Amino acid sequence: MATTLEARRPGSRLKRRNTLLGLSFILPNFLGFATLTLVPVIVLFYLSFTDWNAFGSAGWVGVENFREMLGDARFWTSLRNTLYYSALHIPLTFAVSLGLALLLNRKLRGVAFFRTAAFFPYVTSIVAIAFVWNALYSPDVGPINHLLRTIGIDDPPGWTTSADWSMPAVVLVSVWRDMGYYMLLFLAGLQTIPTELYEAARMDAANAWQRFWNVTLPCLRPTTFFVTVMLTIGSFKVFDIILVMTNGGPGTSTLVLSQYIYDQGFVENDFGYASSVSVVLFLICISVTVVQFVVNKRRAL
Amino acid sequence: MTTTSANAQAVTRGKALGGASGGPVRERRAPRRPVSTVGRVLGYLVLVVAAAAVLLPFFWMVTSSLKTNNAVFTIPIQWLPEDARWQNYLEIWRKSDMGTWIKNTMLLSAVITALQLFTGSFAAYGFSKVRFPGRDVLFLVYVGTIAVPWQAYMIPQFILMSKLGLSNTLWAIVALQAFSAFGVFLMKQFYETIPGELSEAARVDGLTEYGIYRRIMLPLSVPALASLALLTFVFVWNDYLGPLIYLRSPELWTIQIGLKSFIGQYNAEYALIMTGSVLSVLPIAIIFLLGQRYFIQGIATSGMKG
Repeated sequence: MATTLEARRPGSRLKRRNTLLGLSFILPNFLGFATLTLVPVIVLFYLSFTDWNAFGSAGWVGVENFREMLGDARFWTSLRNTLYYSALHIPLTFAVSLGLALLLNRKLRGVAFFRTAAFFPYVTSIVAIAFVWNALYSPDVGPINHLLRTIGIDDPPGWTTSADWSMPAVVLVSVWRDMGYYMLLFLAGLQTIPTELYEAARMDAANAWQRFWNVTLPCLRPTTFFVTVMLTIGSFKVFDIILVMTNGGPGTSTLVLSQYIYDQGFVENDFGYASSVSVVLFLICISVTVVQFVVNKRRAL
Repeated sequence: MTTTSANAQAVTRGKALGGASGGPVRERRAPRRPVSTVGRVLGYLVLVVAAAAVLLPFFWMVTSSLKTNNAVFTIPIQWLPEDARWQNYLEIWRKSDMGTWIKNTMLLSAVITALQLFTGSFAAYGFSKVRFPGRDVLFLVYVGTIAVPWQAYMIPQFILMSKLGLSNTLWAIVALQAFSAFGVFLMKQFYETIPGELSEAARVDGLTEYGIYRRIMLPLSVPALASLALLTFVFVWNDYLGPLIYLRSPELWTIQIGLKSFIGQYNAEYALIMTGSVLSVLPIAIIFLLGQRYFIQGIATSGMKG
């Protein structure tokens, strides 16, 4: 078969050669990628309909796990907390990193130093910074509350030891940690904006705010889109910073979806149920990304 | 064609950020306009306060690591230790398995970085320089998984690794990190900026595709490889969740897991924990300061939609 095809179409031999060649380049990475990412993602959906436990006995239970989830108070708490975290983390990180990028996108002596300082927290180990921040937050003897008392706040918050303040405390640390990364993305975007546009805006007597609103923001749209997508996914999957800072506590005040999956899977050994919760996390992340894609497309028209 | 030029721009941008080549970009920067002195001073003031606030936790960590336990929390705050206790830096090695943790982490970071560089750049060449049916769909699958959080599939992945007998071995971490889609994406972004005429000419001269990859693409992509290497190294060094799930035996622990268990075990030894924290950050800080140009370039390039 193949030979007759080749005889008829001289290009197809080259095509097949190229396919084999291309695949041979991709294969070493693809083998690992397929086994460790693609297969697990597909298996996830199967697992979510079973009662698989640590001993590997899997029975098909249909939508039972999802029905159980509807009445599971801890699941709803973790979902609510995840949304709470995202509602604080996404706008704060966005505003802080964009602000930093605007400040640093100028000719100033020492700009490189400030950029390095802002980015440094992003590359440091999470366990170390969690311990340092917990010590800083320490309600009775920590430096933060000491400072608050000296400026006249007699009853400073309990931070990570208080159910009301633990989430804002965690968000503050993650904004501090992430802002440098998103700042770099914004800086890269800002440098693509042609200065002619600003000059034209000045000719039209646009003030700084008008220039920002009518030149900077529209030109930054590809970057803001990318940053929003990455920030949203990053917020919904938040895990390690919470695990090492509060371990979901006090009580369940910082329990998030990812940690609930971890607890159900690796502590309770209920892989089936943990997979169903994972499916929820998966669907949230995918649908948020798709919605942002659609909105971005529509605005671009 | 438009994507290629956009990518070329992306890389110029990355370079401008890193300060590698100032030439053409410098001209496009903000025009020389007299900025008011007040504005300038105000801008500096904001930046200095912000930088101090951002770096303060690190400053406090380092000074606390040289204190006695009782001196870490004092009122008023002691910003500098009265007399530096350098013996904390000897004691930590005696009280913990810091040596083993660092050795494991170094080994993992090195092996994973090497594998990621090879498989990532190799696959990226296939995706950007060889034309074959199905290529773009396959690449879309790669990029698509960047939107899927690892937390969502860590359970099936764990079951798979256990079936393969990799659980509780360092190989689990290697398998976990060495084949990331991110590496392929980053390298492809860079290769797209290399003009096709170059490989075309090499093909005419009789070089095979593998030859072009090795003799032309690899030497040209050293900056991108450096970016990927540094980002991977730091990522593996700082990874907490992978080792937490897969490495049960203490002799396999990495620095993050080790430090966390040390905090649990000696929870009142504040100064010593600070010492351990400094040691866990120090190698990364050095690598970052030496190669920050490449970090910045890597992130700027990866942020561009191709």
